[in-house]
Amino acid sequence: MAAVILISVGVLFNLFGCLGLLRLPDMYNRLQAATKCVTLGCCSILLGVMFHYGLGSAGFRALVAIPVLFFTATVAAHALVRGAYHFGTKMDKRSVKDDYSEIVK
Amino acid sequence: MRYVTVFILSMIFWLLITFRFTVSNIVAGAAVAAITSAIFGRYYFHNVGKFLQPRRWFWFLVYLVTFIWACIKANFDVAYRVLHPGMPIRPGIVKVKTTLRSDFARTLLANSITMTPGTITVDIIGDEMYIHWIYIRSEDPAVYSRMVTGRFEEYIKKFAE
Repeated sequence: MAAVILISVGVLFNLFGCLGLLRLPDMYNRLQAATKCVTLGCCSILLGVMFHYGLGSAGFRALVAIPVLFFTATVAAHALVRGAYHFGTKMDKRSVKDDYSEIVK
Repeated sequence: MRYVTVFILSMIFWLLITFRFTVSNIVAGAAVAAITSAIFGRYYFHNVGKFLQPRRWFWFLVYLVTFIWACIKANFDVAYRVLHPGMPIRPGIVKVKTTLRSDFARTLLANSITMTPGTITVDIIGDEMYIHWIYIRSEDPAVYSRMVTGRFEEYIKKFAE
């Protein structure tokens, strides 16, 4: 039962992440939705897998995948945002502040 | 000593990932962990003695609980902004000063900021972190740096510095 609930919550958050990817205006905001919702959604699914299989071989693998996912997702998000800025991707019109432009010419 | 720490950690990781406790698997794991620690050992853990202080483990646990709570909050925050018809966003990149010194602590802080509500670390140059924020709530640098780093900075300082 716990497994079904956790996997459903995970799929729901992945759906929100995808909606964010479609609705939000520029690359930076889209990446916010993509990293946060999708990472925790996947973690929730992995936890559900752990509950489903118990703490055996598959369960432990799912559990180990969670911290790995956290570290890789955050580093990937940082690299993508930085790369996009240096490439010259424009920020949305609604943006109110840009301190980074002092550094990047 | 550093090499030994990396070896032990990679060995534990290998055993958890493969989860077969046969002799051949353990020998293969030891070989792989030895290669890993020989190549990457010098990049990590400059002061291994810190691992053995209970005080640091306590603050690490406090940090972990705060972090997980912030993650869950971040998800509801993003879901709210995405589903709201008017899309309440006010994005921008802000500059925040950090007082952390070591690379490891700074990496952890940057990762924590990326996972907390509405913020992504774009870059760290010197002492300054550049952070993309989906909804800037204040114009005052002192107020918003407090909001962005939250309690993470003091917790990380207590266990990682």
